[in-house]
Amino acid sequence: MRYLPLSDADRKSMLSTIGANSVEDFFADVPETARVEGVIADLPPFQSELAVERHLKTLAARNTNAEDIPFFVGGGAYRHHIPASVDMIIQRSEFLTTYTPYQPEIAQGTLQTLFEFQTQVAELTGMAVANASMYDGSTGCAEAALMACRATRRSKVICSGGLHPHYAASTRLLCEAQGIEVIQLPPAIDDEVALKDFVDNQTACLIAQSPNVFGTITDLTEVSEAAHAHKALMVSVFTEAVSLGLIKPPGEMGADIAVGEGQSIGNALSFGGPYVGLFACTEKLTRQMPGRLCGETVDANGERGFVLTLSTREQHIRRDKATSNICTNSGLCTLAFSSHMSLLGTAGLQRLALLNHEAACDLADELEALSGVEVLTPGFFNEFAYRTSKPAEDVLSGLLERGIMGGIRASRFFPGPEFRNVILTTATECNTAEDIRAYAAALEEVIQ
Amino acid sequence: MTMHAIGRPTRQASSMTDTSATSSGSRGLLQDEGLIFEVGSPDRTGVDLPEPKLRSRRLRGMERTLSPSLPGLSEPQAVRHYVRLSQRNYAIDLGVFPLGSCTMKHNPRLNEKLARLPGFASLHPMQPQATVQGALALMDELAGWLKTLTGMPAVAMSPKAGAHGELCGMLAIRRALEARGELNQRRCVLVPESAHGTNPATAIQCGFKVEEIPANEIGRVDMDDLRNRLDGRDDIAGIMLTNPNTCGLFETDIIEIAKLIHAAGGYFYCDGANFNAIVGRVRPGDLGIDAMHINLHKTFSTPHGGGGPGSGPTVLSEALAPFAPVPRVEKDGETYHLVEEEQGASDQAFGRMTAFHGQFGMFVRALSYMLSHGADGLKQVSEDAVLNANYVQARLSDVMTPAFEGYCMHEALFSDKFVAPGIGTIDIAKAIIDEGYHPMTMYFPLVVSGAMLIEPTETESKAELDRFCDALLQIAERAAQGDETLKLCPQHAPLRRLDETLAARKPQLRWRPIPETAIAAE
Amino acid sequence: MTIYYTKEHEWVSVDGKTATIGITAYAAEQLGDVVFVDLPEQGTDFDQDSDMAVVESVKAASDVYAPVTGTVVESNAGLEEAPERVNEDPEGDGWFVRLTVTEPGQLDGLMDADAYKAFLDSL
Repeated sequence: MRYLPLSDADRKSMLSTIGANSVEDFFADVPETARVEGVIADLPPFQSELAVERHLKTLAARNTNAEDIPFFVGGGAYRHHIPASVDMIIQRSEFLTTYTPYQPEIAQGTLQTLFEFQTQVAELTGMAVANASMYDGSTGCAEAALMACRATRRSKVICSGGLHPHYAASTRLLCEAQGIEVIQLPPAIDDEVALKDFVDNQTACLIAQSPNVFGTITDLTEVSEAAHAHKALMVSVFTEAVSLGLIKPPGEMGADIAVGEGQSIGNALSFGGPYVGLFACTEKLTRQMPGRLCGETVDANGERGFVLTLSTREQHIRRDKATSNICTNSGLCTLAFSSHMSLLGTAGLQRLALLNHEAACDLADELEALSGVEVLTPGFFNEFAYRTSKPAEDVLSGLLERGIMGGIRASRFFPGPEFRNVILTTATECNTAEDIRAYAAALEEVIQ
Repeated sequence: MTMHAIGRPTRQASSMTDTSATSSGSRGLLQDEGLIFEVGSPDRTGVDLPEPKLRSRRLRGMERTLSPSLPGLSEPQAVRHYVRLSQRNYAIDLGVFPLGSCTMKHNPRLNEKLARLPGFASLHPMQPQATVQGALALMDELAGWLKTLTGMPAVAMSPKAGAHGELCGMLAIRRALEARGELNQRRCVLVPESAHGTNPATAIQCGFKVEEIPANEIGRVDMDDLRNRLDGRDDIAGIMLTNPNTCGLFETDIIEIAKLIHAAGGYFYCDGANFNAIVGRVRPGDLGIDAMHINLHKTFSTPHGGGGPGSGPTVLSEALAPFAPVPRVEKDGETYHLVEEEQGASDQAFGRMTAFHGQFGMFVRALSYMLSHGADGLKQVSEDAVLNANYVQARLSDVMTPAFEGYCMHEALFSDKFVAPGIGTIDIAKAIIDEGYHPMTMYFPLVVSGAMLIEPTETESKAELDRFCDALLQIAERAAQGDETLKLCPQHAPLRRLDETLAARKPQLRWRPIPETAIAAE
Repeated sequence: MTIYYTKEHEWVSVDGKTATIGITAYAAEQLGDVVFVDLPEQGTDFDQDSDMAVVESVKAASDVYAPVTGTVVESNAGLEEAPERVNEDPEGDGWFVRLTVTEPGQLDGLMDADAYKAFLDSL
C-alpha cells in the first residue's frame, strides 16, 4: 500500500521492542462485541492511483462545469478567474501540509500571511480589525449575530428581506438555540432600509446585506444610524467580495461588524466549499470576536514576528465561556484569498470590479432590450434579478437546452408565487461579449 | 477568583546576543522578506486585465471614493514573497509532525489532483441539479463509506469542520429532545474534564449547561462517579465523550456508558477526532453512540492547510437521523436530488448550518483516500497508527514518564514528572524544534501535569520514528538533569521565542503605515 | 481601614461603606503576565460570590468574584491601558473595583491577613 511505509519486518521488530505479541494486544480495551472480524464488509479493497483516478474522473465527467458553458450563476458563490500562481502558492508543501500555527517559531510563514490577510480584509471592508477567517460567509453571519448579542447583552436580532436566505437560516439556527429572538423581514428586492423601522431598545443588531441577494446595492448609513440611536449594532453582510473594489464598504456606512464571503477572491467554486468567511469589526469590539487572531510582536532577539493572540476568547482556553466553538477555520483559503489579493492590489481589484460591473450592465442592457423582460434590481454590482412572463424554472431549462447556464430561479430561495417568474443572474469578468449576446438570443427564443 | 495556574509559560526567555546577524537580514537559504505592505504598492498589479469600457453605470451613486490600501505585487514578486514565507513553516512534508490529537499524516497528492478536476472544482453549488449528478453521486458514495465504516444509518454532510460537526450533533440532540417535549427539562450535558475545549463550548452554543465529570486514575471515565451522578436525574440531555479519549486511551466501559446515558433519557455524542485509531476495526455504531463527527482532515488525510479548511460530516443514529440538517442528498432511482428546504424534508430537519452543501472539495479528497486504501487498507491504517504510537511510547518510556500504564491507542501521553524543577514541558517542545521536528501537543489534556501528547500517525517509517525518538530522548535526559540551556531554545528556527505577553497587552492585529511625521523625524 | 481576604484570592480593603477590591499578590504571581482586565460598569450590582470581573493572562482567563454584595462606584480605568499594574502592584495600584457595601456583615466571613497567610501556607 503506497501510503504506508512500514514493512512486515518493521512491524515485527517494533512489536518486539514494545514487548507485544501482536497489534491485537493494543486493542484489548475494545469490548469484544464491538470488534470487527476481518475487514469491514461491503467496501472495496485498496486500489491503484490509476483505478481511483478513473473512477473519480467518471464522476466528474457527469457534471457540467462553469468552464464548459456560458455561465451566469451567482447567489453567494461567484465564478472568477484565478491566477495560476495562486494555486501554485497554496500547493506549497509548507502551507498545504502544516497545522494551525501553535508553534510560532516554525510557523511564521502561515502567521505572516494571516497578518497580511487580516489587514487586507480590514482595508477591503473599511473596518478597523479583522480576524483570521470563519468557515464561510453564512456561518460568519451567524457568529456576528451572536457577537452582537454578547456585546450588547441583548437577545433580539433583525434580518433584512434582502439577506441571503441561507445566511438567514444559518443565523436563525444558532440564535434560536441560545434563546435569541430572530425577526425576519419579508423578502424584498430593494428595502434593506426597512430595518430601521423595527429597531428598538431590546435589539442587539440589525443585519443588512449590500449588494443583497437580489443584487441590490443600498446605502446602509441610515440603517446604521437607526441602530446606533438604540444602542444596537449594525451588521453589514456581503456575499461578493469583489464588489468592495467599486462600491462603498461597510466601514463607510457605519457598520460595527462586517461579514461576508471571500470565495470570489482566489477560491474555486468547488460546489459550495471550502470557502472563506471574512469577519471584521470596530476596534472596540475586538475582544468579542470569534475565531483566531494573529498579532505582531517580537522574539527574544527583538526581531519582528507574529503569534496567535487574544486566545483567551477561544474554546481551547475559555471552554464553556468561549466566544465561539470554532477551532479549525479556513486557513488555506485565506492564503488563496490573500495571494490573489496581493497580485491584484488596489489597482487590479478596482479594474476587476469595473469589469464585473461592465459585464453585468451589458447583460442587463441586452436583456432589457427584449420585450417581456423586466430588470428588477434598481442598482447592482454584478448580479441582478429579472422577470419574464414565464416560470423561471422553464426559462432556465430552456436556456440550458440552448447551452446557457442562465442563473438561479428566485423560488429556490423564496418559495411562493411572488418570485415564480424571477431569475437571479450574474455576470463576471469570465463572461465574454459573445456569452452575453448568446444569453440574450437564447432568452429571446425561450420566452417567445 | 478562579485560578488557572496550569498552562505554559508565556514570557520570553532572556535575550542573548545574536551572533548570526547578517547585513541583509537573510541567512543563507532563509531569505529576508517584509510584509506585502512593505514590498508592494497599490498601483502595481500582477493581474493583467483589459481596460473597462463601461458604457453605463448602475451603482446608484454608491461608488467607493476612498480606495482601500491594498498593495499589489507582480507575479515574480508574489511568488517569491510566498515561497520565502513558506520556508519559515514546518510541515508534514518536511518531517515528523507528532502533534497529538491533530493527526498530521501524509496528504496524498492524488487527492489534490482530483479535487482540481474542472468537473469538481468549477461546479457552482446552485447549478441545476441535473447538471451536477456526478457531484451528488460522489457525496452519496462518500456518505456510504462513512455510514459503513461507522455502522451508523445516517450522515449529515454539511458541517464545515470538526467543531461545526459537534454543533450538528448537539443541535440534532436538541431537536430530538424538543420533539419529545423535554427540552426545557433536559439542560445538562456531561463533559469529561479531559475533553477538547470545543466540547463545552459547543454545548453552551446549543443552549445547554455543562457539567464536568472526572476521570479515574487510569485515564477513563470514572464509572462509579457517573452512576452516582446519573442516579435519579431527569435533567440529562446527553454526554459528549471523545473515544479513543484525549489521553489516547480507549474508553473501556463505553458500551456501559451509552446504556447509562440512554437509561437516564439522554443521548451520546461521541467526538470522533480520534476515529483514525479505530477505523476499519471498530464501528462506533456498535458502541451505542447517537452522533459523531468525523474530521476528514484527520482520519481521511485532507490537508490541514495551516488551520483549515476542515470538514466534519456527522453520523447520526436512528433516533437522531430524522433531525439531520438540510441540505441532504437523496437518491430516487438513478437520479440524485438535493433537499434544500426544511419544508422539502419529509421530516423534522433541525435547520440549515451553512450556505451550501459542505466542504465538497474535501469530500473529493477524502473519497480518493478511502478508495485508495479500501476496507483492508483502512484497517492497516489504524493498526499502523497504533503500532507507531506504542513504539514511540516504548522507546521513550525509559526517560519520560508515561501518563498512564499499559498500551496506548494512536497517541502516547507523557507527564512532566521526569523533568527537573525549573524546566518545563515548553522547554522540551522548543528544544525539539532545534532538532528539526515539530513539537508534540503540550499542556493538553489538562488533566495531566505538563502533558506531552505524541501522535506519530501511520505514515511515518520506523527509521523516521527512530531518529525522532533518539532526538527526543536526548532532550528528555537534559530536562531530567535540569539543563538550563533548554530555556534558550529554539536557536536554529527562523525566530527565537516570541513575546506573547506583548502581543496580547498591546494588540497589533493589522499593518498600519508608519506616520509620515515619524519618517521625517528619523 | 481593614483588609480582608478570600479563599479565591481577592482582597477587600474597607473604608467606611466603600470596599476596594483586587486580586492578591499570590494570585497575580500564579497568573503570570496579566494582559487584560475586564471590569464592570459603574452602577452594576453584584451579589456576594457572583462573577464581577475577568482577568486574563496569555494562557488563561479567570473570573474574579465579588467578595461582598454591593454596587460598583468605580472601576480602575488605568488597568485598561496598563494591565501590567496588576503584576507590578496587585494590592495597590492594581486594584480592580470600588463597591458600596450593602451587607457589611458579610465581611466577618472573610479572612484577615494572618488567616490568609496561613491559608496560603496550607496550599
